[in-house]
Amino acid sequence: MTFVGNLTLFVLSAFVGYEIITKIPTNLHTPLMSGANAISGITLLGSVVVAGSGSTTLATALGFVAVVMATINVVGGYLVSHFMLDQFSQRGK
Amino acid sequence: MAGVIGGLPDAVLQFAYLIAGVLFIQGLRDMTHPRTATRGNQISALGMFVAVAVTVLWFEILSPLVLAAALLVGGGIGAWLAVTVETTEMPQLVGLFNGFGGGASALVAGAELVDLTATGSGLPVGVTVTAAIAGIIGSVTFWGSLVAAGKLHGLVGDSPVSTNVGHGIKVVTLLTALAGGAALVVQPGIVGGGLADLVPSYWVLVVAASVLGVFLVVPIGGADMPVVIALLNSYSGLAAATTGFVLDNTVLIIAGTLVGASGLILTVIMCESMNRSLVNVLFGGLGSDEESEDMADIYEGSISETSAEEVEMLLDVADRVVIVPGYGMAVAQAQHAVAELAELLEEEGVDVEFGIHPVAGRMPGHMNALLAEADVPYDKMRELEEVNPTFSQTDVVIVTGANDVVNPMANTDDSSPIAGMPVLNVGEARSVIVNKRSLSPGFSGIPNPLFAQDNTSMLFGDAKESMQELVNVYKENR
Repeated sequence: MTFVGNLTLFVLSAFVGYEIITKIPTNLHTPLMSGANAISGITLLGSVVVAGSGSTTLATALGFVAVVMATINVVGGYLVSHFMLDQFSQRGK
Repeated sequence: MAGVIGGLPDAVLQFAYLIAGVLFIQGLRDMTHPRTATRGNQISALGMFVAVAVTVLWFEILSPLVLAAALLVGGGIGAWLAVTVETTEMPQLVGLFNGFGGGASALVAGAELVDLTATGSGLPVGVTVTAAIAGIIGSVTFWGSLVAAGKLHGLVGDSPVSTNVGHGIKVVTLLTALAGGAALVVQPGIVGGGLADLVPSYWVLVVAASVLGVFLVVPIGGADMPVVIALLNSYSGLAAATTGFVLDNTVLIIAGTLVGASGLILTVIMCESMNRSLVNVLFGGLGSDEESEDMADIYEGSISETSAEEVEMLLDVADRVVIVPGYGMAVAQAQHAVAELAELLEEEGVDVEFGIHPVAGRMPGHMNALLAEADVPYDKMRELEEVNPTFSQTDVVIVTGANDVVNPMANTDDSSPIAGMPVLNVGEARSVIVNKRSLSPGFSGIPNPLFAQDNTSMLFGDAKESMQELVNVYKENR
């Protein structure tokens, strides 16, 4: 996609994000923070692409470390959120 | 470059990314209510799975073993940390995870640059500009988050660096990082000679930004760390979005932007709850030494101490009780004792609610998560605006481990550092019990006239021990 196309996507996502996130109540902010954090691990994709297709050893090594770090972020973030939200939903009904 | 399903048209990959993006947005939408939030988190995780799975299958993976090993190692560490963490330690863990996200972005951008240079494909301006941004933001996020997590965990003390030196280092490192970025964009091979393949200007940028990240967070007080973590979370999202521009990857842009927005909004909300500007949090400390002098004047002769027995007698005749938890309760892990007390009172027909200040604890909503852990029903937790009008009809307020969020000076003293900060007006209740280890000030460093009020009694002691004792005494007398 072109730079302008990507920029369009960026701007529209920012608006959607703002609309949704301002509606999330205070008491869910901690799980939100941790969940959003896990989403930022989407950078894992970039790591996967580079680690997978890296044609030099250095690029592959960097990609490997990046994949490890990003996966910690993704797996850890979603699990922490899940445990917290589970406690809310058990008594929240 | 075709992988397992790479023979299919490119639109398939883009379509899968679209689905992942939709799942992220739907997941966040479900987070707007506690009832659907668990599902939202799962939907969002599903989105991540789709995005990763498609990418792995699509691109030719040269070394599936290496990739699998990395995913396994990372997943194992992440899961282990998440399972073993205490609820009180959650803020620093979130900070740590956040740092890894930022660090990964910086490394990916670097790897891509190295790769492009080595294969002789050249470095298009679009790639170098975005890589420079991802490198700076990612490195600042990584080191800043490590320092923030270290502070919350008590591993890093408060600022040992004098302000002037600190500001000097920040300016120099920022300029160095920007210069590295400029060199990268203008002439990637400008330095290094034989090292040109390694794209040295990028790594200069990374090192400078790393130092910058450390010095940005080191001078900030421990109590402001939640704001810093939310802000860094926003940065790591932006770093991911920028990486999306580098790699021309739509789902990175969508997801990164969503995270950037959420972090920014949380930062603003927290600043508003403390009535402080972001600039003030980042560059100015709260509290000053001069304040401590008049503390003795305020407290002198007007502090009344109480005991668990006396509190029990008050509770015995109370119809309505509000419990106000703070970070002291979290540190002492007193949430279970507090929850038990609330339950005992309810069994006796007392109307019990929890009044929760938006920035009580170490993350927004931290107290809610702690109380939920102790099985306090969701509908017993009241937010500031809801609970404030009810204090005048409340018999007993138990403040446990909270200080600044109940300081009436926010309303009465315009010169106070917390002036204008929304507080819980607990002083309006018939009697107030403040459970605290000592009269020491909270993070704002100012005295609290509430403690000296006629209707306030101090229950000195560790929150867990005090609350447990209260529970025991209450039980004995039933």
